[in-house]
Amino acid sequence: MTQHSAGSQGVGPAETAPAPAEVEQPTTPGARKRLSRGQLTFRRFLRNKTAVVGAIVIITLAIIAAIGPELFYWKFDDIDYDAFLKGPDSNHILGTTQAGRDVLALTLRGMSKSLIIGFMVALIATSIAALVGATAAYVGGFTEKAILWIVDLMLVIPSFLLIAVITTGGPQGPNAWLLLVVLLAIFGWPLSSRVVRSLTLSVKEREYIQAAKFMGLPAWKIIIRHIIPNVSSLLIIDATLGVGYAILAETGLSYFGFGVQAPDTSLGTLIGEGARMATTYPWVFMGPATVLVILVMSVNAVGDGLRDALDPTSGSGGRA
Amino acid sequence: MIGYVLRRLANYIVLLFVAVSLTYVLAATQLNPRSLFLMRNPPLDPRSIESMLLSRNLSENVPLWERYWTWLTNVLTKWDWGQSPMGAVVNDEIGARIWVSLRLLLIGTMLGLVLGVAIGAWAATRQYKISDRVITVLTLLVVSTPAFVIGHVSQILATDANRRLGYQFFEFIGETGAIHGEGWWPVLADRLQHLLLPTVVLMLLGLASMSRIQRNLMLDALGSDFVRTARAKGLRENKAVMKHALRTALIPTATYVAFTVATMFVGATYTEKIFGFRGMGAYGIDTIQGQDIHGVVAVTAFAGVCVLVGAVLSDIFVAILDPRVRLS
Repeated sequence: MTQHSAGSQGVGPAETAPAPAEVEQPTTPGARKRLSRGQLTFRRFLRNKTAVVGAIVIITLAIIAAIGPELFYWKFDDIDYDAFLKGPDSNHILGTTQAGRDVLALTLRGMSKSLIIGFMVALIATSIAALVGATAAYVGGFTEKAILWIVDLMLVIPSFLLIAVITTGGPQGPNAWLLLVVLLAIFGWPLSSRVVRSLTLSVKEREYIQAAKFMGLPAWKIIIRHIIPNVSSLLIIDATLGVGYAILAETGLSYFGFGVQAPDTSLGTLIGEGARMATTYPWVFMGPATVLVILVMSVNAVGDGLRDALDPTSGSGGRA
Repeated sequence: MIGYVLRRLANYIVLLFVAVSLTYVLAATQLNPRSLFLMRNPPLDPRSIESMLLSRNLSENVPLWERYWTWLTNVLTKWDWGQSPMGAVVNDEIGARIWVSLRLLLIGTMLGLVLGVAIGAWAATRQYKISDRVITVLTLLVVSTPAFVIGHVSQILATDANRRLGYQFFEFIGETGAIHGEGWWPVLADRLQHLLLPTVVLMLLGLASMSRIQRNLMLDALGSDFVRTARAKGLRENKAVMKHALRTALIPTATYVAFTVATMFVGATYTEKIFGFRGMGAYGIDTIQGQDIHGVVAVTAFAGVCVLVGAVLSDIFVAILDPRVRLS
């Protein structure tokens, strides 16, 4: 929650104004190309070294998660009957678990699961937040009141406990993680939809919205075509930080055994398994924990970088 | 003004009622207390299981609506939040656990908040200098590390330190341990030893997120026109920063602090579980793993009350600190 509220700070109404003045006035007319908004944002993003490193790390981790299992001999569901709870050596680079499974293979498998869940949840939650928040602000009246009430209701309920209750009694098996995605998305949108709503309130007074309205465009078309694109900078930041939030929530649930179920694994499941003997056999814990921290840290760094790059009033990106 | 507050309060109570009722329905349909008794060895007589569940209002053979009504009337008329499948009284559990959580969380949370504000504000005044960059990266690292990873890493380090020291200085299981010696000092020392590690973990977690928020707020304040005016009219840098920038930047912080302190009780699930403190956060996990319907609902209700108290407190704080709100 902290990340979300922090993430939404400093984001002005999605500006429709052109880029800052110093870019617009080329030294000699026609000598320098005028930068589009996307190029400008990209340049500002590249100036933030932490964010660039974060982006590279995420892409690298995603590639490793995709092709890694092909590169190594041990698969995540293999059992090595000669190595139970063995420390790292040349055969098992990160050691083995109590059941004789290779920690490296498990970590890769868990990482890909956590990544998939993180991105799916962020995408769904941000989409819901955009649609619901924009609808509430644009339509107004009773609809807005009802939506805000539901948002308040969902913020009062401790989502962690409720998701744990549902997954405990819910279906088990290889596809149970899809339920987890749905649940995390359902509880992930309310806070950001509030921010989208307050932004929409100012956007909807703009002339182009009024023009579209008087041309007879139906409300849903105005929302999708004119409002949501104009709050997009907030949505991009929200989705990015949402990935970090979702990964943390998923691993937290899995740590207690409420999330991804065996035989499948996620980083949280692995850490939970390793944590029980972390003080005596630290390798089962340290491998996945390190990967998790690097992953979330990179996502947060990219989120911070995007926020600075997309925020026209921020000076931290330097001059474009 | 009073009418407005009362209306909001009424709305909050309705909100809480609906939230708790929904949780009851979900918990009652998803959790399965009977499974606890079916796993027993030697097996129990099905009729005695049924009568036990019936007496605790947990049998799924009774229609959901009837169970809900019995539970609700007990809560409203007798303030009886029910029993766990094993017969533990939820009221007693919560009554004991609130104090455990308070003892564990008070110092760590407060230290984290105060240090976080100080570090964040200081980092903002030194924006883009080495010290600011180091603080930014370190707080990013802590914020990105889940509480359960920090907790276990601290235990690994503490075990190592104990081995080097040659005796058990760092304790990390439970609230109290074996007491060596007579009098009050060994008792207190034992408690402090057990508090040390979880307090450091809680402090780190709070400090990191708080300092990130405070740094952003402070940067906004430092860049604002009134601070420039304060500098332009010749105030010392120190005075301009402390009196003009920091005071303004503390207003949003106050609302955040009110909210954090109120929700502190249920926020430390991982720390309580990892360090073996039987507090409220750990109760939430224990009840779900123990198929304890009434316990889960009670924890949810408690957490909901905390959130709402936090919301009301932060409203009041803003009204006190911000003259624009107070006067309008």
